[in-house]
Amino acid sequence: MKMNLIVSNRETVAVTREQDVVPLRNRVRDYGAKIGMSILNQTKLITATSELVRNLLKYGGGGKVTIEEVKNAREAGVRLIFADSGPGIADISLAMRDGYSTGKSLGLGLPGTKRLVSEFEIESALGAGTVVTIIKWKNG
Amino acid sequence: MKKNTLGTLSARKGELLEKWTSLLVENGADDGQTEEGESEEFASLFLEALDSGDFDPQAPAFDRVKELLIGIATSRGKRGFSPRENALYLFSFKQAAFHLLSESEKDAGALFRANLHLSSVLDEMAILTFEAFLKGREEIILRQTDEINEISTPVIKIWDGVVALPIIGTLDSSRTQVVMENLLQQIVETESSIAILDISGVPAVDSLVAQHLLKTVSATRLMGAECIISGIRPEIAQTMVHLGIDLEGIITKATLASALQTAFASMQLSVTRKVKMQ
Amino acid sequence: MERIPILKMGEFLLVTIQVDLYDQLAETLETDLIHSIRKHSSRGVLIDISAVSIIDSFMGRILGNIAVMSRIMDALTVVVGMQPAVAITLVELGLPLPGVISALNVEKGMELLKAKMNTLYTDQSDEDEPDSLE
Repeated sequence: MKMNLIVSNRETVAVTREQDVVPLRNRVRDYGAKIGMSILNQTKLITATSELVRNLLKYGGGGKVTIEEVKNAREAGVRLIFADSGPGIADISLAMRDGYSTGKSLGLGLPGTKRLVSEFEIESALGAGTVVTIIKWKNG
Repeated sequence: MKKNTLGTLSARKGELLEKWTSLLVENGADDGQTEEGESEEFASLFLEALDSGDFDPQAPAFDRVKELLIGIATSRGKRGFSPRENALYLFSFKQAAFHLLSESEKDAGALFRANLHLSSVLDEMAILTFEAFLKGREEIILRQTDEINEISTPVIKIWDGVVALPIIGTLDSSRTQVVMENLLQQIVETESSIAILDISGVPAVDSLVAQHLLKTVSATRLMGAECIISGIRPEIAQTMVHLGIDLEGIITKATLASALQTAFASMQLSVTRKVKMQ
Repeated sequence: MERIPILKMGEFLLVTIQVDLYDQLAETLETDLIHSIRKHSSRGVLIDISAVSIIDSFMGRILGNIAVMSRIMDALTVVVGMQPAVAITLVELGLPLPGVISALNVEKGMELLKAKMNTLYTDQSDEDEPDSLE
């Protein structure tokens, strides 16, 4: 996500167990509300957060989530970086295909999550963990 | 050496301003309404920044000047000045400065270097004024787009429990979001159980538009209401079949009127003609 | 331990979800609900989600599970009060919520359940048996 972004606020939250999910979602909501994001966009952002953080817990063995208030030339937004040091995803393109599923759950839910946010980037390698970065701009 | 050369400008600020003002009129970049205070403030801040010895326009020394300039450019933009005229505003300043410098600096080499530095900074500032203009325009476009989205998808309560949504124009993904928001909000407020989406005003229905329609229907169903799509023109029916678009069990009607009839039927309502009693 | 309360409303059950469901709580709800349906021979379950502002795939799965489990126990599940932002997000996320019937609010949900019950009873009027409560 190389671009000229101004970061005005930032915090990093460790996520190691289920009970960490809701407080994280509330923090993200605070960031969204602060820049005046509509309820619909906030809902999308927090839902995406929920999906990604559950992946972090379930497949990544826990990790860190960084929340940032960002600005580009046009508008403000919220950026989230989910980093774990789990086993990593073997084939990202497969994971990004709608309908892909590992285990008995709905899979990583990545394609769906991607639709909820403005920008989505994922880096992962076997044995090296996964980093997912998303940005939701104020106006979608 | 350079520093001293350009130092002349500060020393002769008054003359600089005078020359600038007359050039502005000459170049047609002034409507006589430019705040003299503005221009003077710009000149002062600019010369101050130059005196810092730093010729990099990105340096913090130029921050205040740039801020002021963007303000001036924006207000000039509102007064009807074109981006060209704003650039001329600055280039006139450059001209005035050159004029003064060539009067006082007799060393050609030093004069050349001084002019070069001045140019690099002022040209960058001119670009800023263009960008400010564009930004202003973009904001207008964004605002108008929002307004168009708002007014072009009215949700109308046409009966107790039935809302109609005449969609005019094409459905792109951002418009679909606005449509869904309005529609669902109205369904909640009117406690409706049926929503009629009339697409007779939609010029073409390709797979993308069909997808947006399907999303709208799915969202409506999740809220507990049912959708009827009306206004399907023959061409659209044909295209949909050719594209293999499956409207997944959604009731479709040719006209809003027949859709309303269907709605009534499902709500166990019927319309009868009054008979005059003799 | 925290539990979501299940209210009996005639032949139906009403579950109002007002907190974020996490794994434990969700599983407990499923179990409690199944037992309640059995205990009261309920024919319908209303799940009120008007206070739920986020439904992710996890929560979606829970709702789907409840719908299926209830069906197996011969009860119909109706989800009521979904917030518009949630509905739009679910659609975007691509969560079909299979087997889940929706209604705008509790009132309409009850009407829906009653209507469905009537159809069922009309079909089976010959084999109608009085409800038996344990």
